[in-house]
Amino acid sequence: MPVKTMRDAINEALHQAMAADDSVFVIGEDVAGCMGSSGKPGSVGGVFGVTSGLYDKFGPLRCVDTPISESAIVGAAAGAALMGMRPVAEIMFADFIGVCMDQIVNQMGKFRYMFGGKTTCPAVIRFASGGGFSAAGQHSQSMYQVMTAFPGLKVVIPANAYDAKGLMLQAIAEDDPVLFFEPKALYQTSCDVPDEMYTIPFGQAAIVREGDDCTVVAFGQMVNRAAAAIDALAEEGITCDLIDPRTSSPLDTATILESVAATGRLVVVDESPPRCGLTADIAALAADRAFHSLKGPIKQVCAPHSPTPFAPELEAAYLPSVEKIIAAIRATLS
Amino acid sequence: MSIPKETLLRAYRQMKTIREFEERAHAEIMNGQIPGFTHLYTGQEANAVGVCEHLTDADAIVSTHRGHGHCIAKGADVVGMMKELWGSAEGLCKGKGGSMHVADFDRGILGANGIVAGGPPISVGAALAAKIRGNTQVAVSFSGDGSVNQGTCFEAMNMAVVLQVPAIFVIENNYYSEHTNIRYAVGCDDLKARTEAFGFPVFVADGADFFAVYEAAGKAIAHARAGKGPAGVFAEQGRYHGHFVGDPQYYRGEGELEDLRENHDCLKNFRARMAQTGEVSDAELDAIDGEVMSLIERAVTEARAAPRPSADQVEQDVYINYGT
Repeated sequence: MPVKTMRDAINEALHQAMAADDSVFVIGEDVAGCMGSSGKPGSVGGVFGVTSGLYDKFGPLRCVDTPISESAIVGAAAGAALMGMRPVAEIMFADFIGVCMDQIVNQMGKFRYMFGGKTTCPAVIRFASGGGFSAAGQHSQSMYQVMTAFPGLKVVIPANAYDAKGLMLQAIAEDDPVLFFEPKALYQTSCDVPDEMYTIPFGQAAIVREGDDCTVVAFGQMVNRAAAAIDALAEEGITCDLIDPRTSSPLDTATILESVAATGRLVVVDESPPRCGLTADIAALAADRAFHSLKGPIKQVCAPHSPTPFAPELEAAYLPSVEKIIAAIRATLS
Repeated sequence: MSIPKETLLRAYRQMKTIREFEERAHAEIMNGQIPGFTHLYTGQEANAVGVCEHLTDADAIVSTHRGHGHCIAKGADVVGMMKELWGSAEGLCKGKGGSMHVADFDRGILGANGIVAGGPPISVGAALAAKIRGNTQVAVSFSGDGSVNQGTCFEAMNMAVVLQVPAIFVIENNYYSEHTNIRYAVGCDDLKARTEAFGFPVFVADGADFFAVYEAAGKAIAHARAGKGPAGVFAEQGRYHGHFVGDPQYYRGEGELEDLRENHDCLKNFRARMAQTGEVSDAELDAIDGEVMSLIERAVTEARAAPRPSADQVEQDVYINYGT
């Protein structure tokens, strides 16, 4: 099977979805690039390269380059989706949700409910999320933990190239609005990715490792770190389930609770700050619904309650490390 | 400009329907029959009707918190709307949206909107859909003088020009964004020039005059439909009620409301014009008045009797499919 990076896997999904369905189009700033300049239009393909080649193949009507106007980009996607199109908008860094929150939360996320279930809004909004690049406070946040709180939106966080392609094709096929968070630290990571189209249903977690002693739930780029931690502990005979929910909304609570019931211990890992985040959410789920299975304290491994720092050594201290995850697993086992 | 009699009769009926819908809604709110926050369109009827008479069901509109008039003008079911105001399970939105979120997708109504200037970006998207598909549909966003200072409005106007989509920005200046006059809130002296600086033509009309709005909107919509990109309509006309029902209206000058109702009334103006041209008789208009009053009475009677939503509806319609 061909090996592809996450960037190429998502790009391939976009190419295939647009070729298969005329109502699919991409929109965002620099999704083509070089518009109005002496450079060749389409030669950027998104600042992360994810929309590469779409302009050349599908032209300016379906690879719609925009000004830096995030509210108008999301609004345009939402409005086009209400008319039956299937837009895939790019907002670039997830942090920029701050400038288009209304269009995401109050508009597209609520259309169906406020309008009595009489419409659909099949829009996908893409974001590059997460830390690891010394991109500091306004270009490093994961943000998906915030957006998970809003009913009406679906929230996707792929952790590898295979999942990214299948989840993107599912996102485009969804009739509900989907927020698709691409951990930018994973764009260059690769694995086997089939050439053909396939989908991965939302709300179905991936079980990345299987074990008996502890359940570890991790999102996005933390899945790899959690796997490394678990593999290190396996050498000591400690084995863990590793669950990657893949979508935080809907959340596969059944898989998490089944695992916790079996292991009696839970560690939740995410790179977001701790308050009102996914680790707290899943810890509360287990405390509420698996309390009598628990044999030790639930441990949360996440960033501290601070903005993402710039200096590499500070950011390394900020993000959950393999060592911190190992320590958390040991703590709940002790 | 010659307007077919059929259009004249329908336009009058629509304006009268909006007027009576709103005045009755006002009375029922004061009686405690309608819950929530309601913003009435009374006085501005010619704006919505003057624009929507140029549109078909295939064209889209995006409305505002003061949206009843736009929805009626675009063809929304009046009884279903009244039921929605009541919060009935039979309301247009099953009692989940209420006054600020009336929508009727079969009529191209992409929803009233509780966020000032929330609509213009959405209308750009609807217009973009038309452009991508290569059809002649247009998308209209109604928004008020309060919306013109929102960044989303600027973003939408600029993007509509950049993408050359058939979006029409109808700015209804009723002089007050909530309780603040446009003279304070808009920093420049010439809002038309400020808007045209985005790169599209703006057509100005007296919002109390159906014929003026119809003509201005006709030019704007023809411009957009012809593939020449976005256009704007400015219509000036005060609202007869407060920002919301219950607004004490401390901002009104002495005699202001009386002057509006007496000298800036689209229904009176319409009748005066018809008396002058003889195109439609008083008797014909009186007959419409009677039919409208019956319709509104029926809407209220049905809304009062309509079934209430059940508690199991709370979590319905959030998603099409959420799995777990």
